[in-house]
Amino acid sequence: MARKDGNSVLLSNYEVFQLLTDLKEQRRESGKNKHSAGQQNLNTITYETLKYLSKTPCRHQSPEIVREFLTAMKSHKLTKAEKLQLLNHRPVTAVEIQLMVEETEERFTEEEQIEELLHTVMSVLPAEPEAEQKTDASGDVEMNEEGRA
Amino acid sequence: MFVLVEMVDTVRIPPWQFDRNLNDSIAEELNKKLANKVLYSVGLCICLFDITRLEDSYVFPGDGASHTKVHFRYVVFHPFLDEILIGKIKGCSSEGVHVSLGFFDDILIPPESLQQPAKFDEVEQVWVWEYETEEGAHDLYMDTGEEIRFRVVDESFVDTSPTGPRSAEAAATSEEPPKKEAPYSLVGSIIEPGLGLLSWWTNS
Repeated sequence: MARKDGNSVLLSNYEVFQLLTDLKEQRRESGKNKHSAGQQNLNTITYETLKYLSKTPCRHQSPEIVREFLTAMKSHKLTKAEKLQLLNHRPVTAVEIQLMVEETEERFTEEEQIEELLHTVMSVLPAEPEAEQKTDASGDVEMNEEGRA
Repeated sequence: MFVLVEMVDTVRIPPWQFDRNLNDSIAEELNKKLANKVLYSVGLCICLFDITRLEDSYVFPGDGASHTKVHFRYVVFHPFLDEILIGKIKGCSSEGVHVSLGFFDDILIPPESLQQPAKFDEVEQVWVWEYETEEGAHDLYMDTGEEIRFRVVDESFVDTSPTGPRSAEAAATSEEPPKKEAPYSLVGSIIEPGLGLLSWWTNS
């Protein structure tokens, strides 16, 4: 076993999630020999990793969303590692942005720039469905009040 | 969190699998060898990404199996330095807070990297952040099962390959079983604003 020289390529959580989901489908379809002793390790790691990743924002992403996100990020001049973290975590507060992006005080001199970055991240990357349900519920309440008035 | 690592290895396919598609047999063998295993200085191997090149297969005298040199790419868990990760608290001890990601367990946040001031509650075996405000000190407990956001500050690889037979004297004196060391472990920190339990920083 030898590792080839050269830099390793970073993968986003979404890409790994997609790969493992496809692998699971493929193994389910082929049916036989999933439970042979040798495959137990693969089963374990696939199950645990999918369990972890399905609770992260990558669950709602797609190749188009990722592409749109990278295009939207071009203007902010972020490093690859910073963009990857924003994609994987989908931060919703300025504090989280400051954790993932280095030296925000020097690179983002005005607070508006951080707000703008936050707004771009939240609008391009999809949120958890329960967050959307909350806004729907508040929308219903408003309609009811209007109806009565 | 994940990287793609290019590797080369020779895969042995036993004769009774010659009726199967070579690519499938090789993929299965590679996963059997590497999945859920830690490679020294590389990381925790997850699954095969793809096979980039297959060289010719050879059969050697004395062994009916075929040996094929394979160039492939493998998905490996290897967070970069200073990366932010979210995990679950597995438990607390005097060494610090133990965090788990489900598929990877050996993450420790030592006491000096916790939000200060912090104290260890011996009775409940839990670390507490003594958060000071004008109203007085709030005790924020780091309970098991809570989600925690932390930064990776260090990693360590330990070579756990079996050592040769120890001398008879050493074997006689050491009565306890050898300590199990994690081949790959991470050290985290939650000392910055925004890090720590997710519940500490949500706006609701």
